[in-house]
Amino acid sequence: MSRARADEEEYWHSSKFRAFTFDDEDDELSQLKESKRAVNSLRDIVDDDDDDDDLERVSWSGEPVGSISWSIKETASSSTSSLEGQDSSLQKGSSSYAAFPKQVSSYSLSSLFKGRNRLPSFQSLSNALSDTGVKNYAPELRRPKAEYKDYSSDWSPKDTVKRMQRGKVLIFLKRTLRREILFRELEVRQVALCHLIHFLKETGEQKLLLDLLRFLDRTEEVALSQYREHLNIQDVEKRREFLKGCIGLPFSAEDTSHIQDHYTLLERQIIIEANDRHLETAGQSEIFRKYPRKASILNMPLVTTLFYSCFYHYTEAEGTFSSPTNLKKTFKIPDKQYVLTALAARAKLRAWDDVDALLTTKNWLGYTKKKAPIGFHRVVEILQRNNAPVQVLQEYVRLVEDVETRLNLATKYKCHDVVIETYRDLKDRIQLTAYKCKVERGSAEEQNINSILNNTQIRWKN
Amino acid sequence: MAAHLSSGRVNLTALREAGRRELRQFLDKCAGSKAIVWDEYLTGPFGLIAQYSLLKEHEVEKMVTLKPGRLPQADVKNVIFFVRPKLELMDIITDNVLREDRGRSPQRDFHILFVPRRSLLCEQWLKEQGVLGSFIHREQYSLDLIPVDGDLLSMESESAFKHVANMMIRMKREFPGSQNSIFPVFDTLLLLDRNVDLLTPLATQLTYEGLIDEIYGIQNTYVKLPPEKFAPKKQGEGGKDLPTEPKKLQLNSAEELYAEIRDKNFNAVGSVLSKKAKIISAAFEERHHAKTVGEIKQFVSQLPHMQAARSSLANHTSIAELIKDITTSEDFFDNLTVEQEFMSGIDTDKANNYIEDCIAQKHPLIKILRLVCLQSVCNSGLKQKVLDHYKREILQTYGYEHILTLNNLEKAGLLKLQTSGRNNYPTIRKTLRLWMDDVNEQNPNDISYVYSGYAPLSVRLAQLLARPGWRSIEEVLKMLPGPHFEERQQLPTGLQKKRQHGENRVTLVFFLGGVTYAEIAALRFLSQMEDGGTEYVIATTKLINGTSWIKSLMEKLEPAPF
Repeated sequence: MSRARADEEEYWHSSKFRAFTFDDEDDELSQLKESKRAVNSLRDIVDDDDDDDDLERVSWSGEPVGSISWSIKETASSSTSSLEGQDSSLQKGSSSYAAFPKQVSSYSLSSLFKGRNRLPSFQSLSNALSDTGVKNYAPELRRPKAEYKDYSSDWSPKDTVKRMQRGKVLIFLKRTLRREILFRELEVRQVALCHLIHFLKETGEQKLLLDLLRFLDRTEEVALSQYREHLNIQDVEKRREFLKGCIGLPFSAEDTSHIQDHYTLLERQIIIEANDRHLETAGQSEIFRKYPRKASILNMPLVTTLFYSCFYHYTEAEGTFSSPTNLKKTFKIPDKQYVLTALAARAKLRAWDDVDALLTTKNWLGYTKKKAPIGFHRVVEILQRNNAPVQVLQEYVRLVEDVETRLNLATKYKCHDVVIETYRDLKDRIQLTAYKCKVERGSAEEQNINSILNNTQIRWKN
Repeated sequence: MAAHLSSGRVNLTALREAGRRELRQFLDKCAGSKAIVWDEYLTGPFGLIAQYSLLKEHEVEKMVTLKPGRLPQADVKNVIFFVRPKLELMDIITDNVLREDRGRSPQRDFHILFVPRRSLLCEQWLKEQGVLGSFIHREQYSLDLIPVDGDLLSMESESAFKHVANMMIRMKREFPGSQNSIFPVFDTLLLLDRNVDLLTPLATQLTYEGLIDEIYGIQNTYVKLPPEKFAPKKQGEGGKDLPTEPKKLQLNSAEELYAEIRDKNFNAVGSVLSKKAKIISAAFEERHHAKTVGEIKQFVSQLPHMQAARSSLANHTSIAELIKDITTSEDFFDNLTVEQEFMSGIDTDKANNYIEDCIAQKHPLIKILRLVCLQSVCNSGLKQKVLDHYKREILQTYGYEHILTLNNLEKAGLLKLQTSGRNNYPTIRKTLRLWMDDVNEQNPNDISYVYSGYAPLSVRLAQLLARPGWRSIEEVLKMLPGPHFEERQQLPTGLQKKRQHGENRVTLVFFLGGVTYAEIAALRFLSQMEDGGTEYVIATTKLINGTSWIKSLMEKLEPAPF
């Protein structure tokens, strides 16, 4: 499962989502361990034949000895004499394959294969036909197109299909007929049509292909086919121009807006890239000095660009092309995506205040409230991945709604206060007492636990 | 080498033999010493037919891979190109031929072997480059159906999707007379187009072989595995000889243990392995009990077999551990949960949180596409709002160029708009019993064990065809894409097989567009069922899994250089 191309986010996101597995009494795994143990002990029992596993002669490159891929490696650079030397080893290899019992079969499949050999024969059949056929009709074709109709009606549909499949006729027709007539005929003959489209794609005859598609009214395909070409344009400016030209093409409504966005994004990226490169070389900007860019922002996806912008241009006003808020507005990035990306960027820079501000909203009364459109456990995860200090983590662990998750995370990341508070709220004396051993002797946390335990007002449930 | 091919009901060894014969004939045609220039893609499939030893017997002295530039010097009389009919390969061949030193002596003759068939387009191309005349023998080698195992044939063809369907249908229509001798061995031929069941390949397979393919990819019965667990442990030699190359293993039914566990649900594999360990351990213990010369001789004669079994057990224990690491991960669990929710019809009509989270965390795009397509198929298409939402998130996160990918998926019917306004999937699911809550992974009683609850639609159709027949599900069949028809052939009495009492019918199921190992396991399960009545042989255009399948539908999008 490979990642898509490397981009800045890839560079900077230190690790993928990592699963934590608790130790489990998994019978499966212990069974496996047991079988592994048994296997290993077997090695000791039997006299060591380990090195010579006759039954599967595999060179360490992994190729089975005697296979084609192995022999390509072996023979490619060797002379014939060294080949002789390997002969004997090959012999040995093949003879030491253990003889497994063969089951007696009730059917032989040779008849199947004989029959199968006849399948391609219909090609040879049409071979005979079309070879003569084309020659015969060739002179007729050279006549004006008015007589074209006679030509095609002389063939039975069966023959037509066969010959079309051979492709000989197609190419011939393509060369000699006027485009419109060819197209019209092809419209009716689906198989030949598919063949021709494939042929044109293979040979790169883009213009003819587009004409054909337009004729067939497959306009969206035309648009996409043309859009695809942008991948072959390496120069950024030229690509931008090209994309601009794509906007008017007959895409579907949704796709049109995406193409528009693609163009706009690239346009922005060009501006940002030029500007930032300048800043970098000038050496005046602190952020660029501290975190030199590992890659250019050109042709990166939108979200990556947003991350980049939140990293390097976070404080800029909405008016600039490189500000995150401008990106958000221009591309209508949803809140959830925005907060997530900005969070990741600021966390990477260890800008905890920014993180805090992102997650705080003020209601109309002026009261602030912490809110996350992505769930606080995710926030914690991102912060933890960027090695946030415990005090910072603790803030947000506290806000995880689900109690069990909250306890898990708090215990895992040693957010003692949160654990203590939660057990207190749950009125769980046993757990709280047990947790004492997890905190440092004589610490403030221990004192806290003790004072809570001693609190007579609390109605413990256990 | 071909022991695995005779293990089935129908002996496919003959097929392989025929392939070898054809190859020999061609090689002999190009008399004298030879060098073969290989299209790399072909070495795998050819390896299932012949080994180097066969080629050597026919004077093949050197083998190289096809690449531009000058051909290696080798003093051979003939140079043969083994290639697929692809234009880009023709360019390379042209380059090779043009750079050949015509002044050298002795001169070398050129030949081409097109696999699986010649192509007018390619020969035209060569002609236009002016090299067509350089080739003396231009032939085709119809490596169409390759026997992969005793009951499995594959074309291993990337682009055969629609082509074969047309080919077979035309074959049926145009050659009614000659068909009788083509498949006398099978009672029934079932052609299943992948389009009928787009769901199954999208779900994560849960059989042992299925998981190996999903995680590591099986190519022409070979798998490449991370080497760390396979390093031979020698006493006193630390880790310094640790291999860095992946460990390559062949997986087929010739290996007893593999044949036993390949089609099991992965959760049932551990107990088999541990039982095997005990048996093998006990067998080796026997040597302490062997007292007489006869007994010792007996033990020694068994030794190779026991060693093979032990080595096999070691390998599969390692593989199982590797797989276990993945299947016990939280990510795997979360992904599977969402898949199963979709397949059982839960919440398929709104945007899914897990999918959105994965996009936000930029998980591999193919994983996202599999889930989104699965949801679409289980909902008979997505509502406009949901579809737009997913598309937007994907394009914003992975890049706008993926419009092309999404378009391809739409064309294939995998990710589309719900046009009719109604969702047919629940009806299909209920009528065909595609979701079984009470699945038994250890001792299955139904094919749904291969996905731990979901019965592959394609196999269910095969199952119902045999018993009680498709008449019972006419209504549902209409909801599935594509026409369906049944044709009966009247065999002349001479050719009619006399079936013994109690003998099973044999059905060839041909999957057009690809088949997964889990579906193969499900069909094998049906074959083994008591009083099931039918045994299955499987053929396909290609062996696929969700990842390779979607990849083949994705645009080849070149990354922009920096």
